[in-house]
Amino acid sequence: MLKKMSNLPFNGTKEQEEKLLAVIAENKHDKSRLMAVMQEAQGIYGYLPLEVQKIIADGMEVSLEKVYGVATFYAQFSLAPQGQYHISVCLGTACYVKGAGLLYDKLQELLGIGSDECTPDRKFSLTACRCIGACGLAPVLTVNEEVYGRLTENDVEGILAKCV
Amino acid sequence: MKSVKELQSAKAAALKKVVLRKGQAVLDKNVTSDYKYTVLICGGTGCTSSHSPEIVAKLNSEIAKAGIEKDVQVIMTGCFGLCALGPIMIVYPEGCFYSMVNIDEIPQIVTEHLVGGKPVTSLLYNETVCDDGTIKPLNDTDFYKKQIRVALRNCGVIDPEDIDEYYAVDGYAALAKCLTEYKPEDVIKVITDSGLRGRGGGGFPTGRKWALTAPNKADQKYVVCNADEGDPGAFMDRSVLEGDPHCVIEAMAIAGYAIGATKGYVYVRAEYPIAVNRLQKAIDDARKAGILGKNIFGTGFEFDVEIRLGAGAFVCGEETALMTSIEGNRGEPRPRPPYPAVKGLYNRPTVENNVETFANIPQIILNGADWFAGMGTEKSKGTKVFALGGKIKHTGLVEIPMGTTLREIIDEIGGGIPNGKKFKAAQTGGPSGGCIPASLIDTAVDYDNLISLGCMMGSGGLIVMDEDTCMVDMAKFFLEFTVDESCGKCTPCRVGTRRLLEILEKITSGKGTLADIDKLEALCIYIKENSLCGLGQTAPNPVLSTLKFFRDEYIAHVVDKVCPAGVCKGLTNFVIDKDKCIGCGKCAKNCPVDAISKTDYVAEGHKLPSYSIDKNKCIKCGACLSGCKFGAISKK
Amino acid sequence: MEMLNVKVNGIAVSVPKGATILEAARAAGVEIPTLCYMKEKNEIGACRICVVEATGARGLVTACVYPVTEGMEIKTNTPKVRAARKTTLELILSTHNKNCLSCVRSTNCELQKLCYEYGVDSTAFGGFKPVYQLDTTTPHLVRDNNKCILCRRCVAACQEQFVSVIGANNRGIDTCIGQAYNLSLAETPCISCGQCTAVCPTGALVEKDDTDKVWEALADTSKHVIVQTAPSIRATLGECFDMPIGTNVEGKMVAALRRLGFEKVFDTNTAADFTIVEEATELLDRVKNGGALPLITSCSPGWVKFCEYYYPEMLPHLSSCKSPQQMGGALIKTYYADKMGWDPKDVFVVSIMPCTAKKFEVGRDDMSAAGEGIADVDVALTTRELSRMIQRAGIKFTALPDEDFDPAFGVDTGAAVIFGATGGVMEAALRTANDVLTGKDNKEIDFKEVRGTAGIKEAEYNIAGIPVRVAVASGTANAKIIMDKIKSGEANYTFVEIMGCPGGCVNGGGQPIQPQYVRDTVDLKAERAKALYAQDEAMAVRKSHQNPIVKEVYDNYYKGGYGCHAAHHALHTSYVAREKYGK
Repeated sequence: MLKKMSNLPFNGTKEQEEKLLAVIAENKHDKSRLMAVMQEAQGIYGYLPLEVQKIIADGMEVSLEKVYGVATFYAQFSLAPQGQYHISVCLGTACYVKGAGLLYDKLQELLGIGSDECTPDRKFSLTACRCIGACGLAPVLTVNEEVYGRLTENDVEGILAKCV
Repeated sequence: MKSVKELQSAKAAALKKVVLRKGQAVLDKNVTSDYKYTVLICGGTGCTSSHSPEIVAKLNSEIAKAGIEKDVQVIMTGCFGLCALGPIMIVYPEGCFYSMVNIDEIPQIVTEHLVGGKPVTSLLYNETVCDDGTIKPLNDTDFYKKQIRVALRNCGVIDPEDIDEYYAVDGYAALAKCLTEYKPEDVIKVITDSGLRGRGGGGFPTGRKWALTAPNKADQKYVVCNADEGDPGAFMDRSVLEGDPHCVIEAMAIAGYAIGATKGYVYVRAEYPIAVNRLQKAIDDARKAGILGKNIFGTGFEFDVEIRLGAGAFVCGEETALMTSIEGNRGEPRPRPPYPAVKGLYNRPTVENNVETFANIPQIILNGADWFAGMGTEKSKGTKVFALGGKIKHTGLVEIPMGTTLREIIDEIGGGIPNGKKFKAAQTGGPSGGCIPASLIDTAVDYDNLISLGCMMGSGGLIVMDEDTCMVDMAKFFLEFTVDESCGKCTPCRVGTRRLLEILEKITSGKGTLADIDKLEALCIYIKENSLCGLGQTAPNPVLSTLKFFRDEYIAHVVDKVCPAGVCKGLTNFVIDKDKCIGCGKCAKNCPVDAISKTDYVAEGHKLPSYSIDKNKCIKCGACLSGCKFGAISKK
Repeated sequence: MEMLNVKVNGIAVSVPKGATILEAARAAGVEIPTLCYMKEKNEIGACRICVVEATGARGLVTACVYPVTEGMEIKTNTPKVRAARKTTLELILSTHNKNCLSCVRSTNCELQKLCYEYGVDSTAFGGFKPVYQLDTTTPHLVRDNNKCILCRRCVAACQEQFVSVIGANNRGIDTCIGQAYNLSLAETPCISCGQCTAVCPTGALVEKDDTDKVWEALADTSKHVIVQTAPSIRATLGECFDMPIGTNVEGKMVAALRRLGFEKVFDTNTAADFTIVEEATELLDRVKNGGALPLITSCSPGWVKFCEYYYPEMLPHLSSCKSPQQMGGALIKTYYADKMGWDPKDVFVVSIMPCTAKKFEVGRDDMSAAGEGIADVDVALTTRELSRMIQRAGIKFTALPDEDFDPAFGVDTGAAVIFGATGGVMEAALRTANDVLTGKDNKEIDFKEVRGTAGIKEAEYNIAGIPVRVAVASGTANAKIIMDKIKSGEANYTFVEIMGCPGGCVNGGGQPIQPQYVRDTVDLKAERAKALYAQDEAMAVRKSHQNPIVKEVYDNYYKGGYGCHAAHHALHTSYVAREKYGK
């Protein structure tokens, strides 16, 4: 399991940091609560960027590598933020031959982000997925839970506009 | 609770809360309910996701509208088991079983049944309505009649968030009995004599586990409850925690008393929010009641429980990995020996059992070892909870005595295979287990029979497969899971399972050879014998078991280059039966790659020419097949 | 002690209760291969190469962690065992780049040796293989995950140093050893100790090879290429040429260096004597004038870096003395160049060190005694690199005659020799301090309380009526214990010696590779240190301040006493507080 890291600048607030420090203060007497602290931190920030892992490592008095090792072991921890609208483009064979790749490229171009990334305003994130079993509607993408099918490149802009 | 007496009076006071459900005959004929009706609605994960909380809200508002709040007790319980029919609602005293309840049906149920006193038979589960219009008790239906509920006895019966209801059904009486009547070694003897074996997978005798831990001296010992149920399709432990969280706490305290531990951890998957919340509430309530903490029942015994959340790693279900994870590390397993009985959590003696195992404990203490040992087979005592899934009508949760045959489970309890398809095999034990072919459907299900077939009980997932399942593909599915979940610590599992998967991929894509089958088998045996932990040691089971019973399918894939079930895309061709094709052209429209075109053949009785598929263009997505209403397209 | 009787391949042996199968086998003289196992440090049972058959156990068991039981019969060499080990190796190779021909560890690689022994088919398994970038960002080592077998010995070594900048990340087939957030090693608070390179069974972690720079300098006729060798090299270099551990090869080493073409072959020991007189002076000054106490030694660049990262607030306690390597370079490029009439710019100083952190140290700021832009030392090579140069030059090491160091920096003392072992600097400093404070040439000069391989040693001496409380720590985890005691006020030391590597320089990260079974069964630190203490014992002059060169330099070059301005300018340095993982 490999996790994609975010290249977005860290935009944590003072309030978030205070919250996290309070969580750490409550748990630091027991180093075995590292995971619980990380879970809370992910709840506060939505993901665990380097900056947050540093705060945790310093606070819990463990090495940063240990925090990172734990973060990359468990599926639940995320190193990249997810946007308010999470777009998942099916790149299964059927969708791909019907131009899902073009949709994906177009989305990357319009959003200015790459695969498994999130826009700086945290509105959109983009990922590719395996076949979702909607080959009849190919090419398809999903925005959060909603499925959009039989798309062309030209439909993409409209879908994004609908979100905003 | 400063004394057992206090517990007894708490029970007496709580009886009337549950008397409508349990019946005066069972409880005490002098107890009467304050209500005319008790409505139980399933609040398990399955029914919750089909909106049972909204149904409760609607029900409460309709009841208020009708002005019968004082007459009707509405309770959200844990899982009833028949998840296929959710959301589920049961009305007592009749015991009417409303299935697949729709929110729009609530006003009718309230007016006709709760106000009018007449059950709405048209909305009841059809099997419970007899031809003469009378209502059959739920326990007489096919799904329930062979079940014996021990671990699940309170699931779907009591309000899991109300400690009083737990008192009413003898809750914490077993703990009180242990603390006041038994010495720790007596407790272990009862559990040993009962023949209870671990319900989490391996089936290690629970009493022996406790007995091995008890004599080891340490400044601190631990009781750990494994609730990291991760097999795809298994949800027994979740249901117990959601439906009867106190019984787990009680059993852990009993274990603590038996082995001399004062501290317990429950390691639960973070993906089980309902279970976690209910368990946390139960712990809080038990603490408030003085059932957790110091000097429990005035006996000087001390015990407390803490929840630790998993974070999405299947391997943490392995006992040593789970302990490593509780300690705040990557959940990598440790070599055994030393066993947890000697060096477990934080290197201290530890007893670890799973949720279902614990759920049996209070009943064994209350009813005696002989009662429990009276159920099941010679070496597998008691009952086992299974999560029925796959190609079966009644998907859901069942608890049956050990030794029930697979045929009874599938045909009677499970209601058989839907769509008239043929039963092919049942898979138990998830990614660690194997399959039982149709020829062995009369196998009595217990630990040892399953192991002798190359399967294992596992935590109790039971997936039914019909003729449309490709066994090679199924093995590949489980391997994909294991490869994803391998922790990466030991070589055989980290690299070996990946190589297994690659060989399976080669076979299912039609590029395999007979030599690959030999290599696959040899590598399976190697991984089984050389892996560090249970995950790796059992990872090859789905392959070995399918090789044992369905080798012909593997051979068909590599020699004939055919997938007999028509599942493996690399080996499947879609064809149009030109005589069935009416020429509507829908398939051609659905085809994402324009592989379907019109022919000049017009079948007899049809007006339009039929279509055909260009094999070379086809990507085998199946869009044509699923769209054809005339059954003209098939896989060959 | 309760003993258990077992049989290994039919050989009866009695071992203490709790012993593992591996220990029983070793007692019976049967070797079982291991890859991930490090006695007491990494007993994780991960690689599965040590599987054996044993009665009473289901299937195969891992010998390294499986305890024996009474009457157990162990079979280490059955067809099943051999087949399992072979498959394990073949699976490891399927994720390995197999670049043996160009690997610096070739012929000295534990994986390669086993592959040869088990006759593996290196192409048995194909399939997915993660591909990793090399990490060449630090001056001291190169990390190549394409050769990593995930035994985690490096992780254990790093953890043992209380540094833990590397660890296992991701999971499943993507598991790899690396730094948090895939930062480069240079961006982490790695202390460059190189212990990871000493324990790596393959070529996944190797010292950065600087031999080309040296070959180039040696070929440059305009350069005076001078080499100096650290105290411990003479005790370890022989191991690279299959000589017994603990053989003192000083004479052959000097001969080899001369044959490589170095113009002068000097002994860092001489510089170590300067370190002692400067450091003893600094100590006495702090004691008298109320400086930061305890004074803590700064000879070990791994330790210094550790202090800079992990205890920056304690930097005032560090002695400002340069390490012997840097003093040696400084003296060569100032005093000696002056004496020879050389432009220091034309002098190229190579030092042979037991240490990878020395590669970092040569590039530190404030290490240019001869003037801006002129590094005191140009290249630091490890013992291992030197051995490769000797081999490449076709020198038959074991057949060499013994030769002496060149004069000027060839005279040393017993005090300097023992620098190579933990406690050595302390003892050397005490010898000098004792004489200085008592004003006598004391005959009782062995301070045996500070000898030995214990990680932490404490002692209290009364020197001329002054109580001197000392502590000696080796390995930075032990350093942490000492530092925490000092910080909390629990301990009230006067003088503390700290070496970054467990056991001191004899066990440095740049020392010859010994396979793990040797590391498990031989006390490398003690055996190598023995050679040094034996040499000390045999020397006529055993106190640094009695080194005639020291006297000559202070009297005739610095024209002042120890710690005089000129000496301070050339022989002292400064430190920087470093923030872990940058800002």
